[in-house]
Amino acid sequence: MRIPCPFCGERDSDEFLSIGTVGPARPDEKASLDAFVDYLHFRDNPAAETREHWHHVHGCRQWLVVSRDTRSHTISAAEPARRSAP
Amino acid sequence: MTRLATGGLIDRERPLSFRFDGRSYEGYEGDTLASALLANGVRLVGRSFKYHRPRGIWGAGSEEPNALVELRTGARREPNTRATVIELYDGLEATSQNRWPSLTFDLMAVTSLAAPLIGAGFYYKTFMWPASFWEKVYEPMIRRAAGLGRSARETDPDTYARRHLFCDLLVIGGGIAGLTAALAAGRAGARVILADEDQRFGGRLNAERITLDGLSGSDWAARAVAELEALPNVSLYPRTTVTGLFDHGVFGALERVADHKPAPAAYEPRLRYLKIRAKRTLLASGAIERPIAFPGNDRPGVMSASALRAYLNRFAATPGGRVVVFTASDDGWRTAYDVLAAGLSLEAVVDTRAEVAPALLATIPPDATRVVIGGRITATAGYLGLQAVTVAGAQGEVFEIGADVLAVSGGYNPTLHLTAHLGHKPRWDETLCAFIPDQLPPGLHIAGAVNGSYSTRAALLSAGEAVTAALGHLGFSPRNMALPDVADEAAGVSAFYAVPGKKAFVDLQNDVTADDVALAVREGFRSVEHAKRYTTMGMATDQGKTSNITGLAVLADATGRTIPGTGTTVFRPPFTPMTIGAVAGEHVGKHFRPTRTTPLHAWAASKGASFVEVGPWLRAEWYRKPGEQGWRDSVDREALAVRAGVGVCDVSTLGKIEVVGRDAAKLLDFVYANRVASLKPGRLRYGLMLREDGFVMDDGVIARIAEQRFFLTTTTANAAKVMQHLEFCHQVHNPELEVAFHSVTDRWAQVSLAGPASRTLLATITDTDVSDAALPHMSMMEATFFGTLPCRLYRMSFSGERAYEIGVPADFGHAFMERLMAAGAAYGLTPYGTEALGVLRIEKGHVAGGELNGQTTAGDLGLGSLIAQDKDFIGRTLSQRPALIAADRPALVGLKPRSVGDPLRAGAHLVDVKATPSIETDLGYVTSACYSPTMESPIALALIKGGKRRIGEPVRAYDPVRDADTLCDVVDPVFVDPTGGRARG
Ligand SMILES: [Zn+2]
Repeated sequence: MRIPCPFCGERDSDEFLSIGTVGPARPDEKASLDAFVDYLHFRDNPAAETREHWHHVHGCRQWLVVSRDTRSHTISAAEPARRSAP
Repeated sequence: MTRLATGGLIDRERPLSFRFDGRSYEGYEGDTLASALLANGVRLVGRSFKYHRPRGIWGAGSEEPNALVELRTGARREPNTRATVIELYDGLEATSQNRWPSLTFDLMAVTSLAAPLIGAGFYYKTFMWPASFWEKVYEPMIRRAAGLGRSARETDPDTYARRHLFCDLLVIGGGIAGLTAALAAGRAGARVILADEDQRFGGRLNAERITLDGLSGSDWAARAVAELEALPNVSLYPRTTVTGLFDHGVFGALERVADHKPAPAAYEPRLRYLKIRAKRTLLASGAIERPIAFPGNDRPGVMSASALRAYLNRFAATPGGRVVVFTASDDGWRTAYDVLAAGLSLEAVVDTRAEVAPALLATIPPDATRVVIGGRITATAGYLGLQAVTVAGAQGEVFEIGADVLAVSGGYNPTLHLTAHLGHKPRWDETLCAFIPDQLPPGLHIAGAVNGSYSTRAALLSAGEAVTAALGHLGFSPRNMALPDVADEAAGVSAFYAVPGKKAFVDLQNDVTADDVALAVREGFRSVEHAKRYTTMGMATDQGKTSNITGLAVLADATGRTIPGTGTTVFRPPFTPMTIGAVAGEHVGKHFRPTRTTPLHAWAASKGASFVEVGPWLRAEWYRKPGEQGWRDSVDREALAVRAGVGVCDVSTLGKIEVVGRDAAKLLDFVYANRVASLKPGRLRYGLMLREDGFVMDDGVIARIAEQRFFLTTTTANAAKVMQHLEFCHQVHNPELEVAFHSVTDRWAQVSLAGPASRTLLATITDTDVSDAALPHMSMMEATFFGTLPCRLYRMSFSGERAYEIGVPADFGHAFMERLMAAGAAYGLTPYGTEALGVLRIEKGHVAGGELNGQTTAGDLGLGSLIAQDKDFIGRTLSQRPALIAADRPALVGLKPRSVGDPLRAGAHLVDVKATPSIETDLGYVTSACYSPTMESPIALALIKGGKRRIGEPVRAYDPVRDADTLCDVVDPVFVDPTGGRARG
């Protein structure tokens, strides 16, 4: 796969680490234990376009949100995680 | 003599000698092993997989199911190489496979008589019971009787390489369509890569009697190649098989750099794996001729009709003198024509179709041969090769014809494998009686026979269309697209796949007959995927390139379905078998993972260090002195030297990260479980990091160098992970914070100077004030050493003694150590390694890898009091889960054996003195253990249910794996100086 890094251009997926789909935002510190369990452990696994966290480890070291269709591996967007609404 | 007197693309001026099964033969430059064997009259080249039936050469390309041989000898012996693609070289040695004791007399062939017993599902039915027989009886038996070649036992002496390539247009296949497309794209200025698995570009142009622009096919191809070679924007890769199509225009390809030589030249890789990124790709992979299943269709001498043309026209090699053509397609007549043109005897043409176009019949002179329209081949005869065929005519008349070659043409299957590697399904074309590509992977164009454009003219036209479309996407305008003037050969085909009867082989390589497929259906294996696995059809090294469609047709017939209704199995990379070495490339041995050495490695080696691998690092484990008998002598001496005087240890492998920015403290407060913001500049603090799930992730020391600058250490193992974690916590969780991270692990040679005499020594090598008032425990400063060298000086202790860590700029590390050792000689300065470091920290109850195992909480490790209660941080909430704060969680304690001589090792389980060891009675386990020279006893750290409440109780360290059962006392984990006074000074 080729990941279109917004900083480095299109690069091989070997340069990246993916940790899976972007979950909900991290709960507030006052949130319940259950809210944290949901946040950390539960993810949908859809056959559809998903948003995933990819780290450009051997590149600019930016965390990206990559929009990838799990059926076709079509990548429609890759943007810096810091600019992306969760 | 079975070499034609003239013709062929062989160099008759360059004879080559080779050996097959120990006998010497001669061929020519330009031959393959298969063509050279045929030219020497050798038709029998192997025995079949299951029944040990004599087998010959079926095809002339990489799809070959039959002619598998062991190539080369010794460490370079390679099994299952296809004789049809092995280029002949002088001195080549090959051996037939799967026969015993010899190829012509094979005792195992009796299994052929038992064939009714070993049909479909044989393995599943026969070798079921008892299970214990599998390893000892069944598997060795199957391996001996049924199998392919033997791989070399020795280490592979060759090297393999990898190359990364980029292009505008990748053209796969250098036949007429591929060459036409590459020329058009090359002339238009696109960056083009043209790859073909043959050593010679041209594809069928080299195998057919054909004229383009007044040139022979091979001359036309040679002219095209000459033009491409002259174009700087075109790269030609002959001997290169594109093996896989991956996402986003990425392709894998295998370049056979030196397989056509006896051995690679010095510094030359044998194979090179190419990773190609192409903006667009044009696939012109051609088509593979399909066999027809009929009784006795596996006898040596039965071969693909198009392959026969290749042997006659390209190699001037004749598999025999009397030929029968058996065809379900127009293409078979082309073979008949070429057989006559080569001067061989054409005994008959048997066409399965009820009607054949008069124009086709007219290509053969009226009295040249016997023509059977609507006929079948129903049997073959011959001992180790074909001698006669039985023909059944349309009216039911049956007669025998003497023949030593039977050329079979069942139509063509487009070589569409790459189009399906991403899961796109081909569609069935009723007219072509074949699957052709339907939906294509993004960026892929197809042209020529793979698209069902079989005639030369149709291939040219489709290549022109496809390359025009590809260039349009790339923004290039095609130029000089005039197509050569060529014939439009008849390419009609009928849906004819099998003649009923016994021993009608569908899959030659896996010995699967049409009967086997029918049996599988009767036993309920109706789905194509089930039938494939049950019969093993299409599962061997050729992955069914010749057999799949025929097998599918037989399966469809047996289940009363259509072929498209039956479906195809999945196509997966690689297209042809790959040597595993080519995948590994240069990543073998020490190159698999680079070794990291510290800036002080050479210094440590000069002091007699022995090194140990810690992850990728090499670390000094101890420094042996003359007279020391074993490693323990060295380690005891080193540990005692630190407790009594002063020692020095290389700790450069610790991860080091610098964190800077206005919000650095804020970010670190979010990452660490303990407070960071309250740390004053110039001070140090132990730092504990949790994972979000509440378990301990890593620990280290936080130094606040300035208000907005921190220096962190991590454990050696977690350095990269912590860096990534910091970046995630910043960019994803706190993007608004102004902070940046730098990994500085390699910038500093870091040494620990530990022991009661450390400060005294320190004062002799720096003019900076290092008194306890200026540099108290857990503080830092910049200090100048030896008058000129600015270093960072941290006062902290892992050993429990007064200790300092000195951060020396990496390039000065070695010189610093030389001077330090000289200055330290008066104080008995002793280098110590990781083993003594481990002893010292266990004696102090400090946690390390054994305890930071991903399953422990801060509370388990006795570090619960460090956790800040008044801030949010990673892991805070989930560390409060009930199971993580349960009272009976195993917690850190120390252990001491009652008897000093008893063994105590990490991994031993803890049980009550009177309990029978079991999962139910298990209390915990030993995490770290060593011999403590200070305590003069083995000691250990352990996690035990109840933790420190058990101090004073006896417990057994039960270690059945290493046959130990040691009575211990539970003690405080801090064995030495429990109040910590020594470190504070
Ligand atoms: Zn990047």
